[in-house]
Amino acid sequence: MNRVVTGAHYGLRDWLAQRITAVIMAIYSVIAVVVLISSKSITYAVWRDLFAQGWMRVATLLFAVSLAWHAWVGVRDILMDYIKPDGLRLSLQVGTLLVIATYVGWTIQILWR
Amino acid sequence: MSDAALKTPVRKPRPKYLNLQALLFEIRLPVTGWISILHRISGALLFVALVWLLWMLDHSLSSEAAFEKIKHYAGLWPVKLALLVLVWAYSHHFCAGIRYLFLDLDKGLEKGTARMTSWIVFGTSFALTAFLGWRLW
Repeated sequence: MNRVVTGAHYGLRDWLAQRITAVIMAIYSVIAVVVLISSKSITYAVWRDLFAQGWMRVATLLFAVSLAWHAWVGVRDILMDYIKPDGLRLSLQVGTLLVIATYVGWTIQILWR
Repeated sequence: MSDAALKTPVRKPRPKYLNLQALLFEIRLPVTGWISILHRISGALLFVALVWLLWMLDHSLSSEAAFEKIKHYAGLWPVKLALLVLVWAYSHHFCAGIRYLFLDLDKGLEKGTARMTSWIVFGTSFALTAFLGWRLW
């Protein structure tokens, strides 16, 4: 099979993923803001009970995974635009992936402690 | 034909090289360009701030004492200011992002519409920042 490593359609999946994750995060954000401003005062009990609910944990995890994927595409685009030396760019991209994976792990730890 | 039209037009010096002076004083971005670069800057800023936000979320959910500490910490004015900048970054990224989703669907591509929606993005994101800043403190 003759495959070209550059050219049309190779970036389509990332492009689409960035948009789908954006929509997921936008919906979560609107719900979160409505929940936060509709409660009179946010005490520890209110805050803890909110994150104790199963749907909130799953929704927040969905948000975190969307954010991870979305941010990966965005940061990768920035690195591709401004960092020209290949070795440095690759190192920064690998570093970014590691940081993002760590954040997702940390988020799971926070949500299911 | 008038004489003026026959005269050769004033030639701008070309090629034009990018340098700091050109970037700061000579090249002026249209409002759509500002939306674009601020979308990138706000995204990068939010990514960099993520570790701090996660740290605060972690503490706020760990115990009542830690929650009260974070609440007090978030009330200090430099922290409040930094958080407000992040609220603006999120609002801008959110509004400009919705605009881009419409552009992807070939909606609002005409110059006039594109400029108008850019101003709407600026206005809405500042209004959202003000509203959220007022409601959350």
